[in-house]
Amino acid sequence: MNFDFSEDQRRLQAEVRRVLADYSTSPNVRAVLEGRTLYCAETWRQLAALGALGVALPEAQGGVGLGLLELCLVAEEAGRALAAVPLLSSVYLAAEALRRAGSPAQQALWLPRLASGEVIGTAALAAAAHRISTAPPPCRVGDALTGTLHALPDGMAAEICVVLAGGELALVELNGPGVTRQALSSLDPSRPLARIEFAAAPATWLPGDGAATARAVTLGAATLLAFEQIGGAEAALYMARDYVLQRRAFGRVVGGFQAVKHKLADIYTKLELARAHAYFAAWALASDAPELPRAAAAARVAATAAYTLAAEEGLHLHGGIGFTWEMDCHLHLRRARWLGQIIGNEHLWRDALATALIEEAA
Amino acid sequence: MNFDDTPEEAAFRAEVRAWLAANAQPRRGREDKFGAGLDKPQYLAAAKAWQARKAAAGYAAIVMPKEMGGFGGTPAQQIVYNQEEAKFLTPDRVFEVSLGTALPTVAMWGTPAQKVKYLASAFRGEHIWCQLFSEPSAGSDLGNLRTRAARDGDGWVINGQKVWTSNADIADYGILLARTDWDQPKSKGLTMFILDMKAPGVEVRPIRQASDEYHFSEVFFSDVRIADADRLGPENDGWKVMMSALMKERFSLGENFSGDLYAQLIGLAKQVVWGERPALEDPRVRAGIAETYLAQFGVELIVRRGMSAISRGQSPGPEMSAVKLIGARAFQTGGALAIELGGAEGLVAAEALGAQWRLPQLLWLAAPGARIAGGTDEIQKNTIAERVLGLPGELRTDRDVPFRALEG
Ligand SMILES: Cc1cc2nc3c(=O)[nH]c(=O)nc-3n(C[C@H](O)[C@H](O)[C@H](O)COP(=O)(O)OP(=O)(O)OC[C@H]3O[C@@H](n4cnc5c(N)ncnc54)[C@H](O)[C@@H]3O)c2cc1C
Repeated sequence: MNFDFSEDQRRLQAEVRRVLADYSTSPNVRAVLEGRTLYCAETWRQLAALGALGVALPEAQGGVGLGLLELCLVAEEAGRALAAVPLLSSVYLAAEALRRAGSPAQQALWLPRLASGEVIGTAALAAAAHRISTAPPPCRVGDALTGTLHALPDGMAAEICVVLAGGELALVELNGPGVTRQALSSLDPSRPLARIEFAAAPATWLPGDGAATARAVTLGAATLLAFEQIGGAEAALYMARDYVLQRRAFGRVVGGFQAVKHKLADIYTKLELARAHAYFAAWALASDAPELPRAAAAARVAATAAYTLAAEEGLHLHGGIGFTWEMDCHLHLRRARWLGQIIGNEHLWRDALATALIEEAA
Repeated sequence: MNFDDTPEEAAFRAEVRAWLAANAQPRRGREDKFGAGLDKPQYLAAAKAWQARKAAAGYAAIVMPKEMGGFGGTPAQQIVYNQEEAKFLTPDRVFEVSLGTALPTVAMWGTPAQKVKYLASAFRGEHIWCQLFSEPSAGSDLGNLRTRAARDGDGWVINGQKVWTSNADIADYGILLARTDWDQPKSKGLTMFILDMKAPGVEVRPIRQASDEYHFSEVFFSDVRIADADRLGPENDGWKVMMSALMKERFSLGENFSGDLYAQLIGLAKQVVWGERPALEDPRVRAGIAETYLAQFGVELIVRRGMSAISRGQSPGPEMSAVKLIGARAFQTGGALAIELGGAEGLVAAEALGAQWRLPQLLWLAAPGARIAGGTDEIQKNTIAERVLGLPGELRTDRDVPFRALEG
C-alpha cells in the first residue's frame, strides 16, 4: 500500500506550481475577470508547453502518456493559482470524452490539437439535472443537433463541443453553421459562460453508449475538480493565515484570538478530509476501480464544502479589506461557488453519494 | 498510489487469515460481539487468554522490535493484521491503553531493564496498563497537576490523586505523571513513573459514567513507594515523555474513529417508515448517511495516509488531531441520526428495540466522552492552529512562574 503520490508525480506538480506562480498571477487572472480576454492565453500556452494539457493522453495522440493521477496534480495547482484557463471544459471534459469514446478519426483529428492547447473544447454532459430556463435541450435531428445549452463553460472560447443528446454524444464545431453563441456574464467572470443555440448544426457522433461515457467522464471531472478545489482551499487558508499573523488589534496579532484560530483549524480539518477523499477518488479513477462512483461523489462533496468554507471565512478573516475588489479574497469566493456547482451542485452529489452507498450495501 | 498488497504483504495476509481462522470466531453480523454473556471477570479472563494466543503467534505488537518481544514488522503489516482481525470477534477496550500508548511509551523511554521486565508480559496480556495523567485540577491544563513525588532514599514517595483513569480498575500497572520539582514552572518539574497498581497505598474508586458504564476511575495515592528503577525517562523531563505518549494515543485512536456507522444507518433507514415510505428515501436522511460516510471513511483514509507516511520514514504529526475532531463528532451526529429515525419509538433502548440498534445507541452515548478524552475538541483545534498553522499560543500568565508560586 502507498496511499500517496509518487516522488516523480510530486516533482511534476512542483514544476506546474512554479510555472503557474509565474504566469497565473493576480493581474493575469483579473484580465479575464474584467472581461478583457476569454482566458489567460499565456498561462494556457505555458501549461501546454509543460505537457500538462495532454498529460493523461496517449503519446500517439499528442499526449504525454502519463495518466490521470498526474492530471489530478495539475488540477490541484490550477486551483491553487486560480488559473483562468479552460481546463475543465477542454481537458477534463472534451478531451476525456474523446479519449474514452471518440472514433479513431475523431481522436486523430482533435486530441493532438486539444493536447497542444491549439484547440479549446468544451462539453455538456449532464442531462440538466437542475434547470432554470425551459428552452428544450439539444436533441438529434437526422445527423444534426437542435436545441439550447445554458451556461456552457468556455462556450465562447471553444471551437468544439461534445454534447449529450438523448443518450448519444455529438461532436459539434462551434464555428460551423447552425450555431449561435451568446456570452453570458458569470458570478465568476474569470470563468466565463455562454449560451449556445444549435439549429440543425452538423455533428459527428461518438460511437458507443453515450450516456455511459458521459457518466464516466463526469465522475472523472468531479475528481479533477475536487483537486482544483483543494488547491484553492489551501491557497485561501494560507492567505488568511498569513494575514491574521500580521494584522494587529487590541495590542496583539488577531491570529492569537481563539475564535480566529479555531476557524482556521476548522478550515484545515475540512481540507484534510477533502484531501483524503480526493486522493481516494484519484486512485479509483486512475485504476478504474468499482468504487469510483462513491469515491468521486465523496471527493466532490467534501472538496466543495472545504473550498466554500475556506473562501467565505478566509475573506471574513481579512475584515474590511477582504471585501474590496482589490484583494484576491473575492476571487476565491467566486471560484469556490463556480467550481462547486458547474457540474451539479453539492446537494445532488451528496445524494449521488448516498445512492452509491446504498447500492454497495445491497 | 495503490492499495494493493506487495507480495510480502499478501503472504503476510494469508498467514494472518489462516491463523485467525484457526484461533478466533468469525464475526457473523454487526451485532455479534466477543464474550457475549460473560460477566466482567470472565470477560477479562477470556480477553487475556486471547491476547496470550495472539502474542504467541507474534501479532500482539507487530511494529515493536523483536528484542522487545514484538514482531519487528512494518506499519503496513499492522494495517493488514487489523483489517483481517476486524472480521473476527476480539475483545475491545481492555488492551487499548496498554498497546496504544503505555507500552510504546515504555518502549521509547524505558531502560533496558524496564523493557525486559514489562514489555513482553504485557504484550501477552498478563498485565493491563493504564495512563495516570489527569487530575481534578489538571485536564486540558495538564501542567497544573499536583500529585507529588518526593525523593526518599533510592526511591520516591507518591501522594495525591488522579481522575478519569480509563481501565484503572482492571490495570496492573500505569504510567504516572507526578510533580518532582515545585520550584520550576508548571510543565517543567514533572517526572514519569511506572506504577504498580497493586502497591500499598493505591486506591482505585470506579466512577459511574454518563453512559452508565464504569470505564474510568479515581485513583488515590497515600505514601505509595516507587523505586527509582521505575522512573520512566529523565527526572523533570516527564512532560516530554507524556507528549510522546499522547502522540501515540492520537494515532492509535485514529482507527477507533473509523467504522461503518453509515452502513448501519442504511439498514435502519430501510426498515423505518416515514409517512408512507422508507426513511431511506428522505433526502435529509440520505444526506446524513452521506455525511457519516464522509467522516468515517475519511478518518480511515487520513489514517492510511499517515501509515503511508510512516512507511516512508516520515512521522505523521499534529495533523492527526483532525482525525479525532472528525471522528468523535461523527459518532455524535451519526448516532443521533439513527436514534432520530424512529421518533418516540427510537428512544426505546436497544434491549427492547432490537440488537441492530445497540451500536448506534452505544456510539451516541459514548460520543460526548470521545470528544473530551485524549484532549477536548477545543484543545485539538488549538493544536492544529498552533502546531500546524503556526498561529500564536494562548495568552498565559503561568508560563515562567515557579509552580509553587501559582498554588492557591
Ligand atoms: C471517557 C474518558 C476517558 C478518559 N481517560 C483518561 C485516562 O485514561 N487517563 C487520563 O489521564 N485522563 C483520561 N481522561 C481525562 C481527559 O484527558 C480530560 O477529561 C480532558 O483532557 C479534559 O480535561 P478536564 O476534564 O479537566 O476538562 P477541562 O480542562 O476543565 O475543560 C472544560 C472545558 O473547557 C474547555 N477548555 C479548557 N481549556 C481550554 C482552552 N485553552 N481553550 C478553549 N477551551 C478550553 C474544554 O475544551 C472543555 O470543554 C478521560 C476522559 C474521558 C471523558
